[in-house]
Order: sequence, then structure tokens, then C-alpha cells
Amino acid sequence: MSDSDIVQDFLVESYENLDRLDRDLVGLEKNPHDREALAGVFRTIHTIKGTCGFLGFNKLEKVAHVGENLLTRLRDGQLTLNPERTTALLGMVDAVRQMLKEIQSSGKDGEIDYPELRETLTRLQSPTAGDAGSAAAAVPSSASVPTKPAEVVSSAQKTIDVPPQGEAALPTPVGSPLKARNKNDDAHRKPTKGKIGGLLVERGHVQPEDIALALEEQEKGDRRRLGEILVALGLAKADDVSAVQQLLDSKPRDAAAETIRVGVNLLDKLMTLVGELVLARNQLLQISNTVEDTGLQAVSQRMNLIATELQEEVMKTRMQPIGNIWSQFPRTVRDVALGCSKEVGIEMEGKETELDKTIIEAIKDPLTHLVRNSVDHGIELPEDRVKVGKNRAGRLVLRAFHEGGQVNIEISDDGAGLNPERIRKKALERGVITSEQAGRMTEREIFNLIFLPGFSTAEKVTNVSGRGVGMDVVKTNVERIGGNVDVQSTPGQGTTVRVKIPLTLAIIPALVVTCGGDRYAIPQVSLLELVRLEADEVSKGIELVHGAPIYRLRGRLLPLVYLSRELKLATDINRAPETDGAVNIVVLQADERQFGLVVDQINDTEEIVVKPLRKQLKTVKTFAGSSIMGDGKVALILDVMGLAQRASVITETRDRSMTNKVTESATSAALKQTFLLFAGPGDSRMAIPLATLARLEEFPVAQVEMSGTQWVTQYRGQILPLIRLNVVLEERRQRLRGLPALPAIDSGPIQVLVLNHEGRSFGLVVERILDIVEDRADVRSAATRPAVLYSVVIGDRVTELLDVPAILRIAESTAARPAAPTTISAEVAN
Amino acid sequence: MAQTLQFCTFYLDKLLFGVELKGVQEVIRSLDMTKVPLAPAVVSGLINLRGQIVTAVDLRRRLELEPRPAGMLAMNVVVRSEDGAVSLLVDEIGDVVEVEETTFEPAPETLRGSVREMILGVHKLNGRLMHVLDSEKACQMSEVAEAASAGR
Repeated sequence: MSDSDIVQDFLVESYENLDRLDRDLVGLEKNPHDREALAGVFRTIHTIKGTCGFLGFNKLEKVAHVGENLLTRLRDGQLTLNPERTTALLGMVDAVRQMLKEIQSSGKDGEIDYPELRETLTRLQSPTAGDAGSAAAAVPSSASVPTKPAEVVSSAQKTIDVPPQGEAALPTPVGSPLKARNKNDDAHRKPTKGKIGGLLVERGHVQPEDIALALEEQEKGDRRRLGEILVALGLAKADDVSAVQQLLDSKPRDAAAETIRVGVNLLDKLMTLVGELVLARNQLLQISNTVEDTGLQAVSQRMNLIATELQEEVMKTRMQPIGNIWSQFPRTVRDVALGCSKEVGIEMEGKETELDKTIIEAIKDPLTHLVRNSVDHGIELPEDRVKVGKNRAGRLVLRAFHEGGQVNIEISDDGAGLNPERIRKKALERGVITSEQAGRMTEREIFNLIFLPGFSTAEKVTNVSGRGVGMDVVKTNVERIGGNVDVQSTPGQGTTVRVKIPLTLAIIPALVVTCGGDRYAIPQVSLLELVRLEADEVSKGIELVHGAPIYRLRGRLLPLVYLSRELKLATDINRAPETDGAVNIVVLQADERQFGLVVDQINDTEEIVVKPLRKQLKTVKTFAGSSIMGDGKVALILDVMGLAQRASVITETRDRSMTNKVTESATSAALKQTFLLFAGPGDSRMAIPLATLARLEEFPVAQVEMSGTQWVTQYRGQILPLIRLNVVLEERRQRLRGLPALPAIDSGPIQVLVLNHEGRSFGLVVERILDIVEDRADVRSAATRPAVLYSVVIGDRVTELLDVPAILRIAESTAARPAAPTTISAEVAN
Repeated sequence: MAQTLQFCTFYLDKLLFGVELKGVQEVIRSLDMTKVPLAPAVVSGLINLRGQIVTAVDLRRRLELEPRPAGMLAMNVVVRSEDGAVSLLVDEIGDVVEVEETTFEPAPETLRGSVREMILGVHKLNGRLMHVLDSEKACQMSEVAEAASAGR
């Protein structure tokens, strides 16, 4: 091993250790008496110090040394950790990191030796500095010695149990300190020889002369370890020696054989090769299908299996839990929060969510920026929070989860939220949008303006953020790896930034289709089913809703999207020659919507190697990437979401209805809501919030049956109770008159709003469905009859807003108090 | 002695162009191309370059020249851009020429429009001018693409 290799190893190891230090120190701040954690921190710094002394990085050693001194006192309980000390120690970690970077680039530890930092660290060593929490200092260090070895052993095991990624050490069963020492081999002895002596002297357990004496013994041929000699000579206490030895043995190298470090380059190369292999396999499978040769088929089958398995395993080597990059966030949050005098707690969900390594690296910076931004801009000052009745400490939640072959990462804060008006104003000021545009934009579109370059609504610029660089960089970086960013916010309640990124950039199963003579791949994750309509079925199978083609798939209306039309391929979409008039529909899922994609031909499913599109094609949202097919030609991978958006299958409405749920529960009436307008009995204008609506249905009268006095219909394998609005609203009169039986068979179909309330579905029979409108609905007056919340002006006309739970109650009570003389009560109870 | 530079030359509509040789990965003849629907017009398609998918940019369109006559097969000049390899489609490949810096002159003021930023200048060769193409700029498509999508 050459010198540079040693330095390289040292760097890698130290970076990992430093990351752990960040975590440990922040953790310690919350629980300053955690001796084990302190001992862990101490060991890390000590290792760095020792190694850089050995490698001749003196400046680095100096800085680590003062830090170590402070840590020694903290560990021994002479001092307690306070924010000032933590900050100084974190400062030291940063300095060390800086110097390591220097070493990496230049091979030297830089020009600066951080005199102020060292001065601060030294000053903080005095018990009076910082705080009066020096009660523990009264305990002399020697008094705690007997308990220490055991403590240290357990902490050593703890840190080993959770090795940082890849770099591993197995837990060594350390029964007694002595046993552990004997396990160390000769090779390991040399570097520790100086260290244990130094440490013993430093801690005042032995005198320098005693060490010299013991060293002499060793030179004379004594093969025992220095510590053992010291004990044997009666110069040191066995307990002291074993305690120190334990500290030094924090990284038993002989136990590290289970894992090895592998360069990422090598893994990348492996991945590329496996990709090529998958391609070759696809080609082979195509050939073997055309050749009548059982031998060849058997071999290609086997090859197929092996390639698949190999591919899976290689993929695994590249997967890493997202927790690896999150682990630095507590530190980031602490620093930023301290910097702007805020109090912020961070919570993480789904740390174990795994992502491809390249993606993990690519999203690290964007995520860090988002986290900083949330703390700096999102969360209010403690006083302001208390004023509006929130907890002093803000809450930042990181959430990661898999969804539809993608990984979602959410960063939510419970801060002030975004102010759409301010963003709108700012955007107009900066000329980002025109006033005409501003008028047309939805709230969500306005929120997403913050991702434009040069945009910042922060009233004051801090050193962290608010300089208008950042959010646009976040967006570009996330989009570079095929992801997207979206922001949602509720004023006063907080902001959620959602980053959606692909799980891996490598290999996915896909359906290959042909359209306009070219092949396109559709990721299997979005695929629901395939439907083929023969030529004679087409005319009655595909219907038009005001010109928009739809297909009835098991009673549901499926909007159809013609791929050739969306891609502007051919003009004659109805009769492409190779389809013989038949229509192939690929049923796809985009977000929560389904739609049918009409293609010329459906080929086969295949594992494809995803290659991202270059910058030149990034603006084409319809494609997610490209891939090389078995015959060596390139095929484009369709982006189902992008396609759906292009074809307007997904629109703003869905998101709007989602935010409405939130605003509704907030009972904030000043906000815009979306309502379903309909005509009730006697053509009165009525409305319900769209969010309470599950579906709109139309039933022919023949499908309505009676269950007791209740109208019901069979709907999706259930019995759906139908509540007639005229009965509910005019309950008393209705009862006197007796209930009518079924509606006259010759009347038209009934229109029904299917509603869900507390897990139960029921249908509300209305006269006519009118419209869906968005309105503030803040002009209102008290209700004039039961089951109506209030009268309100929607779309410039007075409209009654129905009280859905009340309707249910009334309907139930009507049913329970049988009015018609022939009612059978047992059935009614249902 | 003056510094010399090597250029890979090619023809577009009878004009002689050159890109710096060190930026050129390889030159290959016409390859199967996959069209990219909805893409900016200057993107001819995607080609499979030994397992690597490369975007092909029609230089004629990019430089606002006459479209290539039907039936004329384009050659690929594969250049290394900051975003990976990009293939520039040209009419015909010329020689590799070595020029001295002294023969260089910046593009005339009268050259306007978007073409100007892609043509760094010309080298005065014997009997003709070689346009020096900024291959990086020629590969950058963002403004063009935005213009195209805005026009939709």
C-alpha cells in the first residue's frame, strides 16, 4: 500500500466519521449526559488526530487536539455540553472537514490553522465558560474510573453495530477488556504503542518517565503490550490501562472482513455492462423464438434467468437508503435555526426508502436547500408562533415513500405558508408574468412561480437563503434526473414541497407499442390492462362526449387519447393500415386518473434499459427517456404523466379538490371552494362542496328498487341507498301524504350524486345537475329549513348549501319512523 | 512560431465549416435514426452509437440554411458537449486542416441573428473561408426548444 493509498483511506474513513460526529453532537445537545455518545465523539476525534499526526498533517492535528482536550473534559464529566460548546465543536468538525478537502485536492492540510477556533475551544475548557453547569465537574475523574470500562465497551459495540454505509466492522464480542487486548495482533500493536502511552500521560494516570521505562522493557524483548508492562511494573492501574485501551480499540480492523469497499466507478461500469447484457439477451430471445431449436431455446431461457438475477443483484449494490443523506439534516436544521434564532424540531419518516446511488447523490444538494429554506423562510420566529397559537418550536417533517415506481420525498413545515398575493405581486414586479397571466393563474400555479430563476419573496435576505438563487437550481437539478418538484401551501399552516424522482435510472419493464411506424415503450408501472376492439365493435364501442372519444370499460367511461394525434404523427387516425380497423387500447393510470391510449399495434413486454434524454429534448414532456431495442434501434419511452397532461386527462381540478378538503376542515370560509351546483325539488338552486362528492351517476328508473320505504339501487356490487331530496326537505308533508312507491316507469333516468360520509356511500337523488363552480361563497345568511347549512351567493345567485350529515340523519329518522302503513320494520332498520 | 489549431471540416450547403478537432469524438456515416415527435425541429432524432443514445442535431436547420435535399444522406460528426455526446448532421466530411491563429478573423458585424452566436469567426484558408463553429452553442437547444413549445 502506497502512501497515497493510506491518505486516501484516511480521507474516506474520516469523512464518514465526521458525518457521524455531526449527528452525535446534535444528539448530545439534547441529551448532554449521554456518556456513551460523548465517548464515541471523543474516539472519532482521537482517531483523526492520531492518524494525521502519523501522516504528518500537523495543522489538522493541532485543531483536532484542542477539540480533543475539550472533549476529554466533557467525557469525564468535568464540563457539560452547552450550545456554545456544541457550536465550537461543530466548528471544529467543519474546520477538519475543510482541511480534509484541502488534503484531497493538494495533498497538504492547507495554510490556515484556525487560531480563533482553537482559542475558543481552549477558552471553553474552563468550567466557568458558557454555563454554570459544572456541577459534574466536582466529580474527580478518578472516581468514575471503576465504572468506565464497562460503559466504554458497550458504547464501542453500539457504534460497531451500526457501521456507516459500506464501511463495516462486525461487533466483536468483547467479554473483558483483557481478552479484547489479547486479540490484537502484532501488526496492530505498533501504531498504538505510542498512543496508549501518550493517552495515559495525558489523563494523568502515569508519568512520562514510566512510559519510557516500559518502552525500554519492550526494546529489551518483552513481547507484552505497553499497557500490560506498565501494569506489571506497578506503574499504572489495570483499570486505567484497560479503559484507555478500549478507547483505542474502537475500530477493530480484524473484524472488517465481511465487507469491502468498492469504487463507485466500478459499480457504474458493472451496471452499464449488465445493461448491455440485458440488451443482448433480448436480441437472443428474439432469435431463439424464430428458430426451431430446443437446445438453443433451453440455453437462451437459462441465459434469460441468469441475466435477470444478475441485473437485480447489481441494482441492489447501488441502492442506498435515503437516510444516508438525511442524517446530516439535523445538523443543518440546528445551524440554520440557531442562525436565525428559531426553534425547529426535525422528524423523519421512511428513512429506509432505497434509491439508486446516483440519484441519492443528485438530490442531496436540492434537498439540503429545501430543508434550509423551510427553516429560514417557512417557520416563523418563536414569538410569532406563540402569538398565532402554535408551538414555540417549529416542526419540519421529512417523508419518503415509494409510489408508482417513483420515490416521493416531502419536506413539510408548519410555518407561515406561502402568501399567494405576495408572490403574485413580486412576479408582476419582476416581469416574470404579465398582469393578464396573473389574473388567470390558479393558486397552485402561483406557488410554483417560486421555482423560477431570480425569485425570492423573503423580505430580508439572510445569509442562508432569500437571495433568489436556489429554488430554480433545485428545480433544474431534480428535473435533470427525471424528477419534478411541486409546492403546496396553506397560509398560516405551512408549506409542503414534494419532490418526485424515479427509483432508478437503470432498467424497467415496459410494454412496447407501435404508432406511426415507430416503437414506443410504456413503463409497466402505469399499465392497467389492454383492450382490443375488433373492427365491427369499434363503431358502437367508442362513443363521443361532445366530440371527445370515450370507451365504456365495464360501465365506466374511459377517456381515449390517440397517441398518433398527441404526437402529431399521422392525420388519418381512424384507419391506420396495419390495424385492419381494429382499435388497440392501452389502459393507463396517471396520478389517480385512468385513460385509454389508442395505439396502432401492441408488440410485447420487454425489460428496457432507460437512458435519459439529453438536454436538447428535455422540454418534450411526453417522453421519459429512450432505450435501445433488441434490433439495435432506439425507441422512446412515453412519460405517461406528461402524456396525460398534454392530452388534458389530468387537470388542475384534482389538486383543487384536494386543497379544498384542507381548507374545508380549516373552516376558513374566506377561501375559494369548489361547489357542485344542482337543481333540487321545485327547481331550487342548491350546492354541495365538491370534496364531499364521490361520483355523479345516472340510473334508469328500472334499476331503482324498493327496500322497505327506502329507494335503493344496485351499484358496484353494493346496495346503494337513494335519498330523495324532496322527501328529506319536505319530510313532514311527505309523511302525511304517505310515501310514493317507485317513480313512474316512463319518467326519464334519475340523476344521483354519490356521496361518502363516514365510510358509507349513499346516493342523493336530485332533479338536475347544473355545474361545477369555484367561488368564495362568503355572502351567506341563515338557513330557512333543515338539512340546509345556509344560503349563500354562488355565481351571483342565492344558493342553498346542503348539510350532508343532516340529510343523512333526517333520512334515517324518516326510515326509522315508518310512515307508510305497510312498512316492514326489520328491513327498514337496514 | 504561431500556435496552430486543428479543425475537423465539413460542408453544409456548399459552405465550409470547421469544429475544433479536440472536441470531436468521431465521424460516422449515416445511421438509423428514430424520430422524436414534438421535439424542436432542429433535432432530427436519436441514434444508437454503440449502446449510447445520441441526439442528432440537423446543422442545416440549426444554422438556418436550406433544408437538405431529399435523398441526401447526412454524415454524423459526433462532438463532446457538456451534456454528453451530440451528433451534428452535415452534408459531407472534409479534411482535417491545420490553421494558424493569425488567419482567424471574427465574424463580420453584418452577420446577425441567432446564427451569430454559433459562428465564432472564420479562418482565411487558401481560396476559401472556413466558418468556425462553436459546437457547444450549436448543441444548446434550450432557447430554440422554448420558442418551439411556446409556439404550440
